[in-house]
Amino acid sequence: MAKAARSPLSDALWRRPNLLLVLLVTPPLLWLGIVYLGSLFALLAQSFFSIDEFSGLINYEFTLKTYGELLRASNFDILLRTIAMASAVTIGAAIVAFPIAYYAARYARGRWKAVFYLGVMLPLWSSYLVKVYSWKLILAKEGILNWLFETLHLAWVLEAYLAIPAIGGNSLSVSWTGTFLVFLYVWLPFMILPIQASLERVPPSMLEASGDLGARPGQTLRHVILPLALPGIIAGSIFTFSLTMGDYIIPQIVGTSARMIGQAVYQFQGTAGNIPLAAAFAVVPIVVMGIYLTLAKRAGAFNAL
Amino acid sequence: MKAALNSTVAACVAATVMVQPLAAEMLTELGAGEGQLNIVAWPGYIERGETVETFDWVTGFEEATGCMVNVKTANTSDEMVALMNEGGFDLVTASGDASLRMVAGKRVQPINTSLIPSWDTVDDRLKEAPWHFVDGTHYGTPYMWGPNILMYNTEIFGDTPPTSWSVVFEETTLPDGQSNQGRVQAYDGPIHIADAALYLMTHKPELGITSPYELNQDQYDAALDLLRVQRTLVSRYWHDAFIQIDDFKNEGMAASGSWPFQRNLLQGEGEPIASVFPKEGVTGWADTTMMHIDSENPNCAYMWMEHTLSSNLMSDLSVWFGANPAVPAACTDGRGMQTADGCTANGFDNFEQVRFWTTPVTSCESQGECVPYYRWVSDYIGVIGGR
Repeated sequence: MAKAARSPLSDALWRRPNLLLVLLVTPPLLWLGIVYLGSLFALLAQSFFSIDEFSGLINYEFTLKTYGELLRASNFDILLRTIAMASAVTIGAAIVAFPIAYYAARYARGRWKAVFYLGVMLPLWSSYLVKVYSWKLILAKEGILNWLFETLHLAWVLEAYLAIPAIGGNSLSVSWTGTFLVFLYVWLPFMILPIQASLERVPPSMLEASGDLGARPGQTLRHVILPLALPGIIAGSIFTFSLTMGDYIIPQIVGTSARMIGQAVYQFQGTAGNIPLAAAFAVVPIVVMGIYLTLAKRAGAFNAL
Repeated sequence: MKAALNSTVAACVAATVMVQPLAAEMLTELGAGEGQLNIVAWPGYIERGETVETFDWVTGFEEATGCMVNVKTANTSDEMVALMNEGGFDLVTASGDASLRMVAGKRVQPINTSLIPSWDTVDDRLKEAPWHFVDGTHYGTPYMWGPNILMYNTEIFGDTPPTSWSVVFEETTLPDGQSNQGRVQAYDGPIHIADAALYLMTHKPELGITSPYELNQDQYDAALDLLRVQRTLVSRYWHDAFIQIDDFKNEGMAASGSWPFQRNLLQGEGEPIASVFPKEGVTGWADTTMMHIDSENPNCAYMWMEHTLSSNLMSDLSVWFGANPAVPAACTDGRGMQTADGCTANGFDNFEQVRFWTTPVTSCESQGECVPYYRWVSDYIGVIGGR
């Protein structure tokens, strides 16, 4: 009986392979379409409404006024500040991650490889908040880093650095440098792993060929390794860039209190009830990422995929 | 000022009432409890003995009424308004800068005081306070009030405690010989503009500010200018009480506007911390338990309001939070841990010196036209961002 019921179905699936494909693909497509894109568009739609300024209730009429508010100097500052921070973190993460990933891909073997994976992944296993709060303590004026500088009689170096406007401050924990360091630490694994994966795929024979043809190590790096590792760097940068752009916890705990996009979204949505402006702010990272991915595609970053 | 706010809000309410009738009727008779109660509250306001065992004013209520209390904490008044706009809650402990917005936005319903047997014990100074008594209607039960104090580090100030808010507004040399730059904090909320205006009332009388919540364009600009100076002194603004506590312990903070809550916790940990009422006066908060227009558990809500007035809540909470009870008897009759001296220390007798948080509105009595709250929000974000 069971066999009889099953066989027409399997016959049909065998005769029409497309049916099987449709059956398999529909659930994830529905998930993507309704749950993900649907909620995204619901958010986008909110940004075309405006808010009644006294009662805080939303006025459901189409307007571009909310987008106009994004251009107001204080709001535009938030956008520039966030994009600058996301770019800095991405570049910093690429510079720090590349040698680590290179070592892991080319030289680490056996037990050291395991140690590498553990070392990179371990921070991901502990709570994000715990990491950020512990960095607040590390960077604090009476924290361990300051103590280290003082013990080494290098306090003047730190003070001179902190005296630099814009990136300095009263202590590392209340400066943009502090925010940058914490971002760099928290997102670094997301940069190391893709770069390492892409470097693993570079055939050693190519490096040997490059050397045989007379290239110096620097030339091999620039003309052979980097272009081949670029997809990994771009993949990593998509993580670090977008994660930094959306984060609202780190700049709230470490930094100068000046807002970033995530905080602005949180404050306007969560605390001011200004969902339209929050939605308009939330659209910005989507647009920026769209531009970024287009540029990356033009640069040929996805050719190797 | 009270009359101004009354008439403004009355106008708003009248306008909205004319458009559509009130959604919910006021309860006239109490029924059985619904079994649960959802409250939006300030952190530390509703304690069930989980933080410190002796501070518990929820368990007894749950046992007596069967109403299980769920608390959603909110860190700012704006967050409270947003949560109440979303709905799903029965009560909110709203400060004066949120309460009138919720009345105007029809998020809260009138309260039938005859269903609250202990209503008569409420402080006469609060019974008809303009932040919940609008157009002859009560929109809530007074809960707690307290001052925003100037907290300072006694090791830095030594024998000369600060007497003026100038230590957080203008660059000065502190008694330890170093500048206050980078060693003071300010509140990370737009209502802090009122603290700057309060400071200017004493130090720039020619501006003619009569209320820190009613500022015309010139007065408002002067307050923002003062806050821009403050931005150069402040390394980090505080809005989370526990981050401020951490900053006083680990960042060498010298002084900041604060709540008695942080002072009490820091003193409890043995930190060298004290606080003063500066000579310019202080701003303060006065909170009201308000009921959501679509409250699903109205009977439990009324039982809770009665509970706030009659139980150990007022007394123990005033010790816990460093605030003042809305029921004066809670200071003295031994229903909880508070004593008359404790209330005096929390500023119970300074009621008249406190400028309570109210929402700045466009049409104000003292000026004719004032800068409204939504501009406070966006401009303060700008000031913190260095604009």
